[in-house]
Amino acid sequence: MDKIIITVVGKDRVGIIARVCTYLSEQNINILDITQTIVDGFFNMMVIADMSGAKRDFGLIADELGALGNDIGVRILAQKEEIFTKMHRI
Amino acid sequence: MINLFEVEETNKMIEEEQLDVRTITLGISLLDCMDSDPGRLNERIYNKILTLGKDLVKTGEDISKDYGIPIVNKRVSVTPVSIVGSAACRTPEDFVSIARTLDRAAKDIGINFLGGYSAIVNKGMTKAERLLIESIPQAMKETELVCSSVNVGSTKTGINMDAVRLLGNIIKETAELTKDADSIGCAKLVVFCNAPDDNPFMAGAFHGVTEGDAVINVGVSGPGVVRHALTMVRGESFEVLCETIKKTAFKITRVGQLVAQEASRRLGIPFGIIDLSLAPTPAVGDSVADILTEMGLEMAGAPGTTAALAILNDQVKKGGIMASSYVGGLSGAFIPVSEDQGMIDAAKAGALTLEKLEAMTCVCSVGLDMIAIPGNTSAATISGIIADEAAIGMINQKTTAVRVIPVIGKGVGESAVFGGLLGHAPIMQVNGFSCEGFINRKGRIPAPIHSFKN
Repeated sequence: MDKIIITVVGKDRVGIIARVCTYLSEQNINILDITQTIVDGFFNMMVIADMSGAKRDFGLIADELGALGNDIGVRILAQKEEIFTKMHRI
Repeated sequence: MINLFEVEETNKMIEEEQLDVRTITLGISLLDCMDSDPGRLNERIYNKILTLGKDLVKTGEDISKDYGIPIVNKRVSVTPVSIVGSAACRTPEDFVSIARTLDRAAKDIGINFLGGYSAIVNKGMTKAERLLIESIPQAMKETELVCSSVNVGSTKTGINMDAVRLLGNIIKETAELTKDADSIGCAKLVVFCNAPDDNPFMAGAFHGVTEGDAVINVGVSGPGVVRHALTMVRGESFEVLCETIKKTAFKITRVGQLVAQEASRRLGIPFGIIDLSLAPTPAVGDSVADILTEMGLEMAGAPGTTAALAILNDQVKKGGIMASSYVGGLSGAFIPVSEDQGMIDAAKAGALTLEKLEAMTCVCSVGLDMIAIPGNTSAATISGIIADEAAIGMINQKTTAVRVIPVIGKGVGESAVFGGLLGHAPIMQVNGFSCEGFINRKGRIPAPIHSFKN
């Protein structure tokens, strides 16, 4: 498994999850877990996904997710999972 | 599974608290480039650095993108050039030609700095080592990315006072030759006692002769993260304070460990060590001095500073050692004045003096670092400062260093501007009484009694 963590932060609006999930589906990236909250009108989501079947390189996917975020008006950041597991798990 | 809170904590460290990996440093042995012909030697050095280092910058950028963590510098360290050039170099100019080659190679692979224009002379000096030291001013003038270091003492050998005396003059000469840029040449020259072979940080990085053909060493940083963590425990006991620093250092070091392992795997070069130093930058919030004030001091330099720094340095090591099995280099807290806005402010306010900084070097990881002093400071006084610092290192079995910049044409109250990561510094007062009679003695200071452990 090749896990990535996608975080989405920004002003809430219709269709954020739909757009992100559609893109991931197009890239053959499988969603394992989604956590999402709204705080003071701000949308906050974390997606854990497996990109072992992805069609493209991680770098390109991260760039395209960033661009998708600009399009929707939110900030989308994709990172490989290890930075979080290394930091927070012994 | 990782939760939203943990992801947010990590990303906040990166985005708001300046967490970064300060450097991936590729150590390259140049021993197999040695030749008696300077032309062939230069060609071999250039080719070896290009061959091993060509993918370093790209790999660093790729790792940075994968994990969303900035990797600020990509650097190379090489075998001390005094050894590499010993068969070929007959004059200081021959050594300067190697410096030019190193500078060209560094620029061609796109790295930020290259270290190893160095001589290890803690007991004695070979002819080649003397020539290299004599070539330092010209080499620092002609090159941009090459860093130089000289090890003048160790706990095992004592202090080579002939080298200390020579270096006082060399630092002055380097300052003169680069006076048009606030004597910046001296910012690339550091004098060590007990220099480690695997330090990834500049200006003192070199690839020791005990190392393999190539090695990846990584320097992590993150003073802003530690300071932020301490804002959560204001007024708490020392136990809570120490625990907080330790946990934060652990987290920071784990990121460095991840980056080091990835760089090693992708470049096919063995992983050496993680250097878990808290290295400040001139950016606001990326300051070791700010940690000291967060611990309860009005300003860095106030009474209590040495104790606070001792706690910080020790807890950083304790947290870091749990996070990586291979910790090395300098590992602790750096206190460069010009690279730390909190230190600059403290020096300007008169809270921080050269003498207090010297006391602080007894308990931190390095020494008197990036300190601008008046341009008319005598060579003997600079040698005296080096001798004092080396003595602290020798007796306390720790690395100490001196990187002072006598800014030609400027005096106390004025400022020197170096730019970039090197920052800017107020020129600090130096004790005006002479040490010439002491420095002019020949020979070396014997090794201390506690070095005889065999």
